[in-house]
Amino acid sequence: MALAQTKITATQERLNALRLSQSGWSASARADAHGRVIAMGLPVRRDEYWKYTRPDELTSPNVINAEVSAEDNTSIFGSLDCLSIVFEDGIFNAEKSDKLEDAEITLELLSEVNDLDIHWATGLYGVLETKGQAPVDRPLAALNTAFAREGLLMHVKGTVAKPISLIYLQNSDNDDVMLHHIIKMDKGASVTILESGPVGARCNIVMEAEIEDGASLNHVRAQGRNHERRATTHLFARLNKKSQLKSFTLTMNGALTRNEAFIEICGDDSVAHIAGASVGDGAFHHDDTVFIIHDALRGESRQVFKKVLRNGATGVFQGKILVKPDAQKTDGYQISQSLLLDDDSQFLAKPELEIYADDVVCSHGSTSGAIDEEAIFYLNSRGIPKVEATNLLTLAFLAEALSEVEDEDIAEVMERRLEDWLTRRL
Amino acid sequence: MSAIKDIDVKEGVDQETVDAVREVGGEYKYGWNTEIEMEYAPKGVNTDIVRLISDKNEEPEWMTEWRLAAFKRWEQMQEPDWAMVTYPKIDFQDQYYYARPKSMIEKPKSIEDVDPKLLATYDKLGIPLKEQMILAGVEGAEDAPTAPRKVAVDAVFDSVSVGTTFKDELKKVGVIFCSISEAIREYPELVKKYLGSVVPVSDNYYATLNSAVFSDGSFVYIPPGVRCPMELSTYFRINAENTGQFERTLIIADKGSYVSYLEGCTAPKRDVAQLHAAVVEIILEEDAEVKYSTVQNWFPGDEDGNGGIYNFVTKRADCRGDRSKVMWTQVETGSAVTWKYPSCILRGDDTQGEFYSIAIANNHQQADTGTKMVHLGKNTKSRIVSKGISAGVAQNTYRGLVSMHPKAKSSRNYTQCDSLLIGDKCGAHTVPYIEVKNNSSRVEHEATTSKVDDEQLFYCRQRGMDEEEAVALVVNGFCKDVLQALPMEFAMEAQQLVAISLEGSVG
Repeated sequence: MALAQTKITATQERLNALRLSQSGWSASARADAHGRVIAMGLPVRRDEYWKYTRPDELTSPNVINAEVSAEDNTSIFGSLDCLSIVFEDGIFNAEKSDKLEDAEITLELLSEVNDLDIHWATGLYGVLETKGQAPVDRPLAALNTAFAREGLLMHVKGTVAKPISLIYLQNSDNDDVMLHHIIKMDKGASVTILESGPVGARCNIVMEAEIEDGASLNHVRAQGRNHERRATTHLFARLNKKSQLKSFTLTMNGALTRNEAFIEICGDDSVAHIAGASVGDGAFHHDDTVFIIHDALRGESRQVFKKVLRNGATGVFQGKILVKPDAQKTDGYQISQSLLLDDDSQFLAKPELEIYADDVVCSHGSTSGAIDEEAIFYLNSRGIPKVEATNLLTLAFLAEALSEVEDEDIAEVMERRLEDWLTRRL
Repeated sequence: MSAIKDIDVKEGVDQETVDAVREVGGEYKYGWNTEIEMEYAPKGVNTDIVRLISDKNEEPEWMTEWRLAAFKRWEQMQEPDWAMVTYPKIDFQDQYYYARPKSMIEKPKSIEDVDPKLLATYDKLGIPLKEQMILAGVEGAEDAPTAPRKVAVDAVFDSVSVGTTFKDELKKVGVIFCSISEAIREYPELVKKYLGSVVPVSDNYYATLNSAVFSDGSFVYIPPGVRCPMELSTYFRINAENTGQFERTLIIADKGSYVSYLEGCTAPKRDVAQLHAAVVEIILEEDAEVKYSTVQNWFPGDEDGNGGIYNFVTKRADCRGDRSKVMWTQVETGSAVTWKYPSCILRGDDTQGEFYSIAIANNHQQADTGTKMVHLGKNTKSRIVSKGISAGVAQNTYRGLVSMHPKAKSSRNYTQCDSLLIGDKCGAHTVPYIEVKNNSSRVEHEATTSKVDDEQLFYCRQRGMDEEEAVALVVNGFCKDVLQALPMEFAMEAQQLVAISLEGSVG
């Protein structure tokens, strides 16, 4: 179907404000992605996939200013022993970063190697993003492939002991940051990647991960708590045999956040867990859109999302499990729950299943409701004041999602941050 | 021969279920055709056809204008493509929009005048003779002795209602039950007030087309405080080839009234797919209760997917008055393509909506069906139970919306959908939309998995049942939730489906 003229115009306006890099190994992938953006058009509200989230502020050529406080301009993983890599307003900062050296991993910057003619990432850059464009368009990811100038290219060869911590700091009030990361996991390799920090007034981050047989990628992300942030992220991953992906995202505040994950289980006996906890207060709109494809035997997938909302905040969940005809013995699980702390907030969900194999188990659940008054009463009667009781129950509600984070130290950091948010907010 | 005869069924799926699905999806029993002389309007749809249909029904000017406005709107609309169904593009100009038996041009006065073929049709469809006489429009037949349990029937044959039974008896208690064409002539004020008030003219592509070209259908009005003394039913038969059936049903349940309404439908086997686009509107005033039950058994197409009915139906109930209650029960076994979402607008406070559905898709059938529960009033409750079974190369989709508006305080929804696949060539899909805009409401959506509850099993074992018996007991009744909601008249169908369990469901 031909694109609507308004969509063509909006897409053209955005593209006119950007410049396509013509040099180096990524040039043809960028040109292709540029073509995809033109063919698909940038998202508009009428698109079914954007039914619950207005994409305008993510697609407009203009960035809405967003200040960041000094206090928020840090990484929450600062206390952990990590290899830190710092991006400031989307540009790599060597001084603040650790040395990009580790025997088990090769780390390169997209900005530094982009002009080379040959690079190992050629076979990966934009490849999973392209695959992720069907059956649903993800034009903002294609836009990123075409125009991102910075990002980390990670080639993981063995077991990386320390987590790789990507820290995104923000100095400017109106930067539009685009980062494109590539993760290539060799057979049996394993790594933990952390992401944190405010990033920018607006950001668009794409991560493409090719996970070879027996490899394991652990991804934990804490999205900053700057109120005015507009963010869109995409995680594309392909899992080969007996591999594992665990991704967890903690989101606090932000005016508009859309986190998409497109996961393809191509090898038998693989496991993918995508989870998230989000808390929002006031003009907060947070959207988790997850698409998991089972195309292999005995795959296991879990989607666990918990949202706590108050003062008019909006939480969105669009999850899908697609089981292809031969993906027998698939075990798919999907749960999305919201806790509405007051009457002004809303939860909008579309938990979908599409199943073409008969010997599988896919369950999905979605609930929404207020805090249990009886539980509050119980705690009150045992001398715990209402505010504290509410905090306790809220944390308990978020626990199922948080328990998806295996590393206890990391989980603890997150929990503390949540407690902190609750005590400040309530 | 059924396509699922020699199929490998995964472990855990009940053999009885497989047999029952085979039975349901086997030889189509109503695929015969009545050779009867028909009067057709010219093929295609345009303003002339719309006027002609209006003219045939001797409609007042306002109705003709209403239809023309709908047609004008329809011409600007796009055919929706969001449902998980695929079919060749429908040529809307290659259909007849009006077909009636020639013998119906003049309403028969006595049994001698009724076309015997028409009588035989109803006989063959299993409708009792007594009813048959009345169905065929025989005056005076209502005085003959009847069976203790009465069901009033409005029979629609292609584009016209051929008769409505027990009209007089119903009239005594103030219930109006007649064809919609008659209601437009006889009760224009009621029709004017309610028609299109639940499903607006521009609601969706098929509803708009229906608004322009609907030829007949049923009309029900239950006055305040009246409990309808018998079940009302409409039987739809498509007989003519290349003819679309567009019927309109309007049910008005006034304050404190109750009615149980049944709907049945069949069509002959044809190689070419046929279109059916109906609209059902139900209005419930304060404390009213309506039970609407359907066994949809349109011709599903042959084993290779040739022919069958394309069933695009818009059904909606508006619980306007406080404490009113509506219940949709559907057993969907027919049609090549089903696109159907019986919905409830829970506008009044303390209103209730229920939706129970079993959809069985076999061979090349595609069903995209579900419901919408729109909670607008306070303390409103809804319950959705949907069971989808696919066999052969069929696709079965549950698509539903549960929406809690900001003012629908303390409302409640519970949704349960289960799907079962018989064989590895078919598909089962779930597309729920959940929108919660206040925090005093609770919404729960779940799909059960194949696991049997251990505690329940333990309980049964404790009481001396062996494991197999215990499993049977726990699993049995997977579909009973739905079957129990079916009225007596569908006992035959229910019997057939009772063997179905969703043990081994995929999600």
